[in-house]
Amino acid sequence: VISQKRPRSMTSAADNTFRNIIIALASVVLVAVVLYGIILIRGGAPAFMREGLGFIFGLEWNPGTEKFQAFPFIAGSFFTALGALIVAVPLAVAAALFIAEYAPKWLAVPVGYMIEMLAAIPSVVYGLWGIFVLIPVVRGFQVWFVGITGLDWTPTGIGLLSAILVLAVMVIPYICSIARDVIQLVPNDQREAAYALGATKWEVIRYGILPYARAGILGGVILGLGRAIGETLAVTMVIGNSSEIAKNLFSSTATMSSLIASQFGEAGGTQLSALIALGFLLLVFSVIVNLLARIVITKLTPVGTRL
Amino acid sequence: MTSTQSNQITQGKSIVRTVSSARQFQNSFMSGLITFGTVIVLIPLFLIVGQVIVNGVSAMNLDFFVQTERQMSVLTGGGGVLNAIVGTVLMVGIALMIGLLVGIGSGIFLAEFSEHPLVPLVRVMSDVLTGIPAIVVGLVVYGLLVATKLTGYSGIAGGVALGLIMIPIIVRATEEVLKLVPNSIREAGLALGLPRWKVTISIVLPAASSGIITGAILGVSRVSGEAAPLLFTSLGNPDLVWNLLQPMGAMPLSVYNLAFKALTPAQNAQAWAGALVLMLFILGTNILARTLAKQR
Repeated sequence: VISQKRPRSMTSAADNTFRNIIIALASVVLVAVVLYGIILIRGGAPAFMREGLGFIFGLEWNPGTEKFQAFPFIAGSFFTALGALIVAVPLAVAAALFIAEYAPKWLAVPVGYMIEMLAAIPSVVYGLWGIFVLIPVVRGFQVWFVGITGLDWTPTGIGLLSAILVLAVMVIPYICSIARDVIQLVPNDQREAAYALGATKWEVIRYGILPYARAGILGGVILGLGRAIGETLAVTMVIGNSSEIAKNLFSSTATMSSLIASQFGEAGGTQLSALIALGFLLLVFSVIVNLLARIVITKLTPVGTRL
Repeated sequence: MTSTQSNQITQGKSIVRTVSSARQFQNSFMSGLITFGTVIVLIPLFLIVGQVIVNGVSAMNLDFFVQTERQMSVLTGGGGVLNAIVGTVLMVGIALMIGLLVGIGSGIFLAEFSEHPLVPLVRVMSDVLTGIPAIVVGLVVYGLLVATKLTGYSGIAGGVALGLIMIPIIVRATEEVLKLVPNSIREAGLALGLPRWKVTISIVLPAASSGIITGAILGVSRVSGEAAPLLFTSLGNPDLVWNLLQPMGAMPLSVYNLAFKALTPAQNAQAWAGALVLMLFILGTNILARTLAKQR
């Protein structure tokens, strides 16, 4: 902002000190991610060395036989996150459209506010609600579902379906607020041009607004995916934390993060190392997801609507 | 005149008729669907807030705030969460010091040294930090402070973990408000012969202080609900401790244990009371931050 070319004076020494302090503080942010990676690799190395690629692709996780293969939890993270996005994305986009395009201002502001409040509720409170309110409801649905379909899925309420529902509620506000921002940034020309062609309100949205906001919404969805995969305690409290890969939508299973939270207390030796190695996978994944979302938003958004 | 008016009206009508009933139906159907979707999104908020209030109030009493988890009985409940309240306050305090120091420093770097070649990279890294799951930060601090026996399981380790989570929130808030401070103010300071560091610290930062405070409150609101990183760092403690080198309880940890690890209805009821305390604090600070932000 300010040119560095000021006349040298007695103050330049103090200025240099200030500059160095600021750069030192900023370098904490700069190196943090790399430092995180190094610490987790060092902690996870024994498990990685022992299992090799089997750590990522193997199916057996058994502390008793010292076998630590994490595929069931990698799959669990993706199943829950994907399921949550399937539920959350249409609802989040609908709410974003409602706030940005449909609701009058006196309604749009409080509705937007309330959806952001959903993001502020702590994970443990979602988990508590999941255990005592959601699980009984899901169990009731499962008993009914098994009754009419005759499938041999065990209806306990605890498992993949409950985790997906809790996660969906938790990622909706993130996707919704980004979708709302990009929809509000769509130039009014787009709307007016579509109306001038005789389009109905929905046609304006469908052909004038959504194509324009698509990249931003996709970026928001990718960030939501990151949130869903990293989310820990709410999932831990409702998913059952079994070490087996999910066989169906009602199965008890675990995600990478829920396994870390539920087994860390009793873990030592190689098991501890394997949990830290899972943490490293989570770190790598969250970094990739974040960079990807940034690239999608900046590269694919039409010029003039950049966030 | 009347004839042209009626002419326009008939033309208007004929335009309306060209919108086929199928398109009109689709239009109304989508409006309905979008409104319905929004209602579905809001239902969990009302359910969760309502149930936490109803169940929480009925399980709450004075003891809940002045006794510790050590005094809780598995069968009858009793006791309280004073240990957790104190732990949360101490650890969030440490987090706030770390978050403000590094966060404001990095924010100044991004906004005031914007010609520096590392600025884009620091900005990207700060964004990446925002997306790193809290549980990963917990594992990192475990590896850094706990496993190495530098602090062991302790309030300091918990505070550092929460501080690392808070940093990117404060970086972003600081950078945004510093950029809103008009350049003429900086130039006026420099024209008076002030050194650059003094311009930043005594002119630019005070002008941006309300925005930084808002960011700090949001950061506090965010980290006080985090339990995942504390599982491996502060560990939890049923006794009231003030020593930062000892394992320490925290509100979200208590809610987690009382809801998930405990087995009796008496303890589960206390989990709701804990959730109410936590939620009131977090929603309260969140709303406070937003109100402050709006006043600017």
